[in-house]
Amino acid sequence: MEMGGLTTYAVFFLTSVGIYAIVCLALNVQWGLSGQFNFGIVAFYALGAYTSAILTGPPSSTYLGGFGLPLPIGLIGGMIVAGLLGLFIGLICLNLRADYLAIATIGIAEIVRLFLKNEAWLTNGVRGVPGIPRPFFNSGYFELGYLALVLVLVVVVYLLIERARLSPWGRVLRAIRENEDTAAAAGKNVVGFRIQAFVFGAALMGLAGGLYAHFIGFISSEAFMPEVGTFLVWVMLIAGGSGNNRGAILGAFAIWVLWSGSEFIISQVLPASLTTQAGALRLLLIGVLLQVILLTRPAGLLSEEGLYRRGRTAQADPKSHRRMVR
Amino acid sequence: MTDLIQLTIYGIVLGSIFALGAVGLSLIYAILRFPHFAHGDFMTLGAYLSLGIVTTFGVPPIIALPFGAAGAVLFAIAIDQTIYRRLRKTQPVILLISSVGTALILRALLQMVFGSETQVYQSGIQMPYRFGDFRIKPAHFMIVGVAAALVLALHLFLQKTRVGKAMRAMSDNRDLAQVTGISVDRIVVWTWGIGIALAATAGVLLGMDTRLHPTMGWNILLPVFAAAILGGIGSPYGAIAGGLVIGIVQEWSTTFISPAYKPAVAFAIMVLMLLVRPTGLFAGRKV
Repeated sequence: MEMGGLTTYAVFFLTSVGIYAIVCLALNVQWGLSGQFNFGIVAFYALGAYTSAILTGPPSSTYLGGFGLPLPIGLIGGMIVAGLLGLFIGLICLNLRADYLAIATIGIAEIVRLFLKNEAWLTNGVRGVPGIPRPFFNSGYFELGYLALVLVLVVVVYLLIERARLSPWGRVLRAIRENEDTAAAAGKNVVGFRIQAFVFGAALMGLAGGLYAHFIGFISSEAFMPEVGTFLVWVMLIAGGSGNNRGAILGAFAIWVLWSGSEFIISQVLPASLTTQAGALRLLLIGVLLQVILLTRPAGLLSEEGLYRRGRTAQADPKSHRRMVR
Repeated sequence: MTDLIQLTIYGIVLGSIFALGAVGLSLIYAILRFPHFAHGDFMTLGAYLSLGIVTTFGVPPIIALPFGAAGAVLFAIAIDQTIYRRLRKTQPVILLISSVGTALILRALLQMVFGSETQVYQSGIQMPYRFGDFRIKPAHFMIVGVAAALVLALHLFLQKTRVGKAMRAMSDNRDLAQVTGISVDRIVVWTWGIGIALAATAGVLLGMDTRLHPTMGWNILLPVFAAAILGGIGSPYGAIAGGLVIGIVQEWSTTFISPAYKPAVAFAIMVLMLLVRPTGLFAGRKV
């Protein structure tokens, strides 16, 4: 099927938003719901991508691959491997305070990145894994079909997390986030609940990574840098409103509009001699956005308080940091 | 054996650089109560500001260093007064996220002004001195010498001056220090001044040892954090010891694992420390 340039771009754009929305929802389970810091998002995402690519990909003589398994197996495999990394981190680190956890996760992400880059027998290193199967490709409806798949998954993940948030399980997590000692005194297994939430989020990040791999069809270690893979997701969640699942999706959409819009504008405005600076300019944009949001609207576009105070006069104080208090 | 001693020499050089970074990180962590994720990028800032002076005036990097460090300190205080000050009443975690924003901004600005290629202070090959089987570059003497002199100066500052004593009091017990009439705002400015000056120096020394790159500081943030945690947050002497330990162990580790995994070694030591003795070797505080 032939599509116009604009339509093609819109489909590509929305698919990217959908993948980021899943990562953002996953981070919301870890941070928004249970107050656990994860500065290593990109590690889970990359593991999901590589696992799915290796499980489903064509044979190769230079790296592990050629299992040729169907796509759903690849995605589930990616979720399992990312979840296992989450479990490993959970078992060694989750009784640490939020700031130590931030340092620990950033360290693990760095090690995963080094591993994927250096263990070429497994990942083909910087040369990357090509030829990752793309579903619906032969039918000629790859772009639209894939967009539909991603959107369905966004809805499924949203409903799942929303259900989890409203369930007793979600209430315990929020209780632990607000006051760990009280939750423990009420007989809740604090570390156990934390690990469950962390692994759940990690597996969803793995799912998003797998979706990315099959969408682009090629991955290399250069595609998984912390700037876009971790910090941009944090900007999305904080901008959207951490703790609020609709906020997470809205944040993914709004920030991706800015992010890809900045790419377009920079390529138009900047003279060709300066295009190498485009990456730096966009990095500057993430940093400035983060600061501006923290200073002016720390509760995000859709705050968590709005969820629980509906019906009353309830406009949450935009300056309030209360929902971030553990 | 010879290899081990040679690696130890490299480890002490690298460890001196880590130590200078870790002291500031540790003090900032203890007094401002958040892990300053932009610390590595302030090292980079110091290194590049000095590079600007070196290339403009043709002076050696060691002369440019104080000016580069002063520039980095001014920048840090400006960021603190415009951004962090407004966030101090909130959770430390918000400051942590904000410092990541600062790190990204700094790196982007440096990349835009100085370009993203690797650069050097002085081109040409430094001929190492030979001592029997060992090789030591002239820059190595300079690095360890500057680090040792600064550590001594810091020791005298913390022990003898009123501000130094106030800083130690703040890092031991902030509330108690406030009750005795220590002005928090003033100590905060001093903390940035000392912490960032040391970090910027570490950046220049790192640039003298190897090369300059916009991600040079970010890349050593993990071992610097590891050094600060190993030594115990809030303990400047612990941070120095931690830096040397991490530097030496990282170099030793290259005899049995790929050098690409050096950061993983620092990380493993750090996690082990957090699990076994979260207050650090020198009984700093669990912040």
